Amino acid sequence: MTEQTPSVLNVQNVDLGYGSLKVVFNASLKVRAGELVGLIGGNGSGKSTMLRAVSGMIKPWRGTIHFDGQEVSGRKPHEMARLGLAHVPMGRQLFGNMTVHDNLLLGASLPQARAKRDENLERVHALFPDLKEYARDKAAQLSGGQQQMVAIARALMLGPKMLLLDEPSLGLSPLLVKDVMAAIRRVADTGMPILLVEQNVKQVLQVSDRAYVLENGHQVLDGPSAELQGNDMIKKAYLGL
Amino acid sequence: MLDYVSFLQNLSNGLLIGGVYALIGVGLTLVFGVMKTINFAHGDFVILGMYCAVLLNTLFGWDPYLTLLVAMPLGFLTGAILQRLVLSRLVEAPPESSLLVTLGLALVIGNILLLTFGAEPQSVHVAYASSTLSLGEISLSVILLLAGLATLIVITALYAILNHTELGRSIRATADNRLGAELVGINTRWIEAVVFGIGMALAVTAGVVLIPLLFATPTFSGAIFTLKAFVVTVLGGLGNIGAAIAGGLLLGVVEVLGASYLTSDYRDAYGLLVFLLVLLLRPEGLFGKTVKRV
Repeated sequence: MTEQTPSVLNVQNVDLGYGSLKVVFNASLKVRAGELVGLIGGNGSGKSTMLRAVSGMIKPWRGTIHFDGQEVSGRKPHEMARLGLAHVPMGRQLFGNMTVHDNLLLGASLPQARAKRDENLERVHALFPDLKEYARDKAAQLSGGQQQMVAIARALMLGPKMLLLDEPSLGLSPLLVKDVMAAIRRVADTGMPILLVEQNVKQVLQVSDRAYVLENGHQVLDGPSAELQGNDMIKKAYLGL
Repeated sequence: MLDYVSFLQNLSNGLLIGGVYALIGVGLTLVFGVMKTINFAHGDFVILGMYCAVLLNTLFGWDPYLTLLVAMPLGFLTGAILQRLVLSRLVEAPPESSLLVTLGLALVIGNILLLTFGAEPQSVHVAYASSTLSLGEISLSVILLLAGLATLIVITALYAILNHTELGRSIRATADNRLGAELVGINTRWIEAVVFGIGMALAVTAGVVLIPLLFATPTFSGAIFTLKAFVVTVLGGLGNIGAAIAGGLLLGVVEVLGASYLTSDYRDAYGLLVFLLVLLLRPEGLFGKTVKRV
């Protein structure tokens, strides 16, 4: 991945906040084609606010957000979805009383996705073979890890240009977190750019290509994940080493 | 006293009228499922259906079942428009405001009908009103049979729409998880309008099939039907269509059995009695999921 690879998402020098409260100060981040990028930090670090700005839930006070070559700051979430940004929300937001199959089909609700539904369903089943087995089960009956796979698969049914994952490890046992992270890596290896927002720093640094670290709304570190894993500050603050 | 034939007779009458109650309850529960709003004007939509049949019968001499062809699409459109114009403004408002608005809607509908048709109870007399069909020793009233049949067709159609169409899948998804539905790009505002339209179409249909059996009064009977619809849905468990159907059938049977074996004066009260019992013993409804309190 070189500097020349075009970026799918380019956030430049944004200030973000709610009401009169500024939460993120002059942050920038890039996700290039085929990259799995982590955005990590603890509670209240501003990473969820960054994600909200990218997915269109809030408008930046300052700075620009480019997605797929267009300036998108201030676009609404459904517009971002139409532009090809698939958002896997915190807490998954699956249709619990509906079958896994229905959940996947619903991922292709937008007209542009409807046309490619069968094709995308096959691709998703190839990535997550287990889901075929659970197709007739209700989503709520699956384990947390399986549900997270369904949520990612549902987002892929949109046929997106990029995936935005919000705390996919939340509420999962350590073993399942590993499974989910491995699955995310598998999706990234198909060439899908992914922005992974997580508190689980250790896991993210193991699977991602690059990562950004936020602390109290300030971007304190960024770089290749392998390098960050060796960084003293990261070791102390997040990895407990 | 309790002889076999008359019991079966009452049971089948109860099931047939219960089918119509189910139709009313299903509309209410469908709207609740998607919009989380209890529509207190639902019974008045039933009365609107009755007056629609009365009007078309007086003007053109139409048979009530013929009016269905006009009343159902008209009910759907009116419901969808009402939702867009009135209820959609309340999405962000606290839940009690939608309650007040639907109550207000009930008052407006009742009084418009009063103004137009007068307070005199009205009905439509059909030539086959007293015809019966014999099934062994049981004789079934033709109008009740037709009401049951119409209910069966409409509910089957609804079931097919909900479970076997793209629209139905989007409706179920919106009822299941609204935020999730918005995230996958479903236009939930549009779904709400469609669902409110379907709810009103079902209520209007119930009104039309009931008119050969009952008298319509403008301001009074609406509340009774809202109450019945509420009993039906809570009996079964709010938000579950299959349960609303069972609740409707149960209410019909209880009313008819109570009226014939106890006294018919308290016909409407028997349903409420069972309703109270269910609330006491199984507050989640007969088919609702048991919620364990910690």
